[in-house]
Amino acid sequence: MGSYIPSTDLQRQEMLEEAGFSCFEDLYRDVPEELKLNHELDLPDGKSELETYSVLKKLAHKNKVYSSVFRGAGAYRHYIPSIVTSVVNKEEFVTAYTPYQAEISQGVLQSIFEYQTMICELTGMDVSNASVYDGAVAAAEAVSMCRSPKKKKVYVSQGVHPDTMKVIHTYSWAASDEIIELPLHEGLTDPQDIKDSDVSCIVIQQPNFYGVIEDVRALVSAAHEKGITVILSMNPIAMASLPTPAEYGADIAVGEGQPLGMPLSYGGPYLGFMAATSKLMRKLPGRIVGRTVDSEGNTAYVLTLQAREQHIRREKASSNICSNEALCALTASVYLSAMGPDGLKEVASQCYSKAHYLAAKLEEAGLKRRYAADFFHEFVTDCDDPQKLVEKLAEKDILAGLPVEGGILWCATEMNTKEEMDALVREVLK
Amino acid sequence: MKTLFERSVPGRHCTVLPACDVPVLKPSETREKALRLPELSETDISRHYTSLAKQTFGVNDGFYPLGSCTMKYNPKVNEKAAQLEGFTDVHPLQDAQGSLELLKTAEKYLCEITGMDEMTFQPAAGAHGELTGLMLIKRYHELNGHTLRNKIIVPDSAHGTNPASSAMCGFTVVNIPSAPDGCVDLEKLREAAGEDTAGLMLTNPNTLGIFDKNIKAITDIVHEAGGLCYYDGANLNAVMGIARPGDMGFDCVHLNLHKSFSTPHGGGGPGSGPVGCKSFLADYLPGEKVVEENGVYRWQSRGENSIGCVRGFHGNFLVVVKAFAYLTTLGKQGVPEVAKNAVLNANYIKHLLEGTWQVARPGICMHEFVLTLEELKKETGVSAMDVAKALQDYGIHPPTMYFPLNVHEALMIEPTETESKETLEEAAAAFMDIWKTIQENPESLHDTPHHSYIKRPDEVTAARHPVLRDPLND
Repeated sequence: MGSYIPSTDLQRQEMLEEAGFSCFEDLYRDVPEELKLNHELDLPDGKSELETYSVLKKLAHKNKVYSSVFRGAGAYRHYIPSIVTSVVNKEEFVTAYTPYQAEISQGVLQSIFEYQTMICELTGMDVSNASVYDGAVAAAEAVSMCRSPKKKKVYVSQGVHPDTMKVIHTYSWAASDEIIELPLHEGLTDPQDIKDSDVSCIVIQQPNFYGVIEDVRALVSAAHEKGITVILSMNPIAMASLPTPAEYGADIAVGEGQPLGMPLSYGGPYLGFMAATSKLMRKLPGRIVGRTVDSEGNTAYVLTLQAREQHIRREKASSNICSNEALCALTASVYLSAMGPDGLKEVASQCYSKAHYLAAKLEEAGLKRRYAADFFHEFVTDCDDPQKLVEKLAEKDILAGLPVEGGILWCATEMNTKEEMDALVREVLK
Repeated sequence: MKTLFERSVPGRHCTVLPACDVPVLKPSETREKALRLPELSETDISRHYTSLAKQTFGVNDGFYPLGSCTMKYNPKVNEKAAQLEGFTDVHPLQDAQGSLELLKTAEKYLCEITGMDEMTFQPAAGAHGELTGLMLIKRYHELNGHTLRNKIIVPDSAHGTNPASSAMCGFTVVNIPSAPDGCVDLEKLREAAGEDTAGLMLTNPNTLGIFDKNIKAITDIVHEAGGLCYYDGANLNAVMGIARPGDMGFDCVHLNLHKSFSTPHGGGGPGSGPVGCKSFLADYLPGEKVVEENGVYRWQSRGENSIGCVRGFHGNFLVVVKAFAYLTTLGKQGVPEVAKNAVLNANYIKHLLEGTWQVARPGICMHEFVLTLEELKKETGVSAMDVAKALQDYGIHPPTMYFPLNVHEALMIEPTETESKETLEEAAAAFMDIWKTIQENPESLHDTPHHSYIKRPDEVTAARHPVLRDPLND
């Protein structure tokens, strides 16, 4: 049995006595007897490290790790450079708390400042926060930023990830906003559906859940005409290739940062990034790091604009967020540094090129692409029996695309070789 | 220190990817703005972050008595387990029997520890868990036609996330003052509880480190008024395996796996804030639930009364893996053992400081206690901030400052059970040394720390003229 308690039995006894207690039970004098747990916890016996590791290893072995993955749908398999893993496993970064004490937290503060800079560069926006829980929450928090007593309606394109849609619904239900879902036509959000002006904001996803590249410019201009704030949820890899959220005219850019160096990890930890125009700076939720000087004039970094936050403003805060995803933000920074501008563009280019190669090959094999509009690294094909095909491919160690509404949502990234894609197509043809 | 951008040299790069093996295509409309990411070699990156790590104080660097944050040691086997390929390389939308079994078993263990019936792992942090718990309360009243119940009672000693989460959930916050002993003032609670009460949010032990022995009376008052009781699990480390929120009368609870259950804090996340509840609230939980039949696990919908989803997919799964590894190591004996020693360590260091330093509320404490420097400041001009900064020079992370709000010049100390007798004594000696300096030369404390990378930063300028990104010579 382990518990990571360093003091020996003898020391514990000494400490008890010196502090004026005769036994451990004395420490809980304030706990009424009837509230004390009167049975042993229904948990197994404690274990040694060796046994614990073997329990966990057995569980891990029950999960299938596929050698070929063609599934995305909000969680993407990309190559993670070795330096990323090495840096984010440094104990100082792993074990530190939120950097309230600036003098002994300059490292983590500077790393967040650099992260904010990279998110601004990637999105083209003016200001970024230090992260939120994931892409879905980032979208929901962005909706909260736009809330006003006069405008209780929110447009959400049905092209957003289904989980994002659900989280927005849940957050908005709690805050009594009304969600109006905008349907897709041929896989695309239609600017003509943006009709009302008593709407606070619209949430659009680029590329959308079905992989389709939306005509974001048209949507932004329709929304802005009605005085509606635009929240664009965008894949960060796609930002290296497609126009930036700023170029599209978005007011708030959010998204799931997982593709920037985080493994699939059965869904988390992931990274919600949020960036906005300067006008909206003070409405951003969560931590923000700023550069300043210390009392001797040296460059220093601090958590700043804290007047927005819960520990100062309590019920009037812009959000309740406290812990965010700092280590994941660090992961994204190291990933972006390792890839550099050319490397990231190459990832985006390979994603786009390989997905188009795969789509063409699958079409030849009889799986017709469902939507005519161009796509980034995901696309839907029709399929008579998606479940059957998925199972057949699983037997060949291939994780197929995700079955969606009588079809399959496929994904290709730089991880999928031509050989692998050709093998997939051969299996489909069998 | 130079930023990554200042280290950048045009044309420098790491070689990561092979050339594209299919014809290269381009979308019709592309990014116009130059992509200004740093251009660095792997050596540059490695040295940059090694330097930054040296300027970051983690639990491995020294004593971290940050009250209310439970900065215990983060066991390495947990990290090793969370790096297993079978956990990291698994897609959230694939069948993963091992992950499901782990989640189901972790749920069982944590329900047993809290006295709850069901649990969700979707919330990604403590505040996220609070929001989720409050949503359960909102849903309960909504479905039972309690349209007037829109107020959440929060004691003035509560963490700022409590009122902030309530507001996000559309509730009005009713702050009630604590009794002189730091516990809930039953009279004030009776006055506040009524037909408009949706619920109460409480930590027990409270933020002063005191176990509120009236807890059953408190939850009874709220229940009799028709409200529900929410347990903020931030302070569970003191009582896990000893007493359970479920038995105290709480209806739902969040846990901070990154506090009591030893997962690292990562410099501000990722955490995990699972929410457990009694069975009458279980249908309202977010996300799907794991069910098992004949040894086969699967996700199952919770039905139309669920509040929906508070995060994508299944929450911060790898954090749950780490907490599960910790619980596996601890087992039924280890969980109460941890609590007892957390309380012992707090009482021991309190004993070493008492007499010289003023404890805000004398008597037995649980896992933490609060010093008040109000008198000291009046007499010497030395503030809680000065002492906190001075501790840095002794290689100690400062305690939580200026919290809880109902204690002036507060320093909140939580040693945790993973610190040895020697560490506690060394820390107490540091405090005594600082006390001596205060008596001899109080002025010298105003510009502490003396040995850190920077002196005290100018936070006012930072907020008035925000520089929130590297300007890159724009």
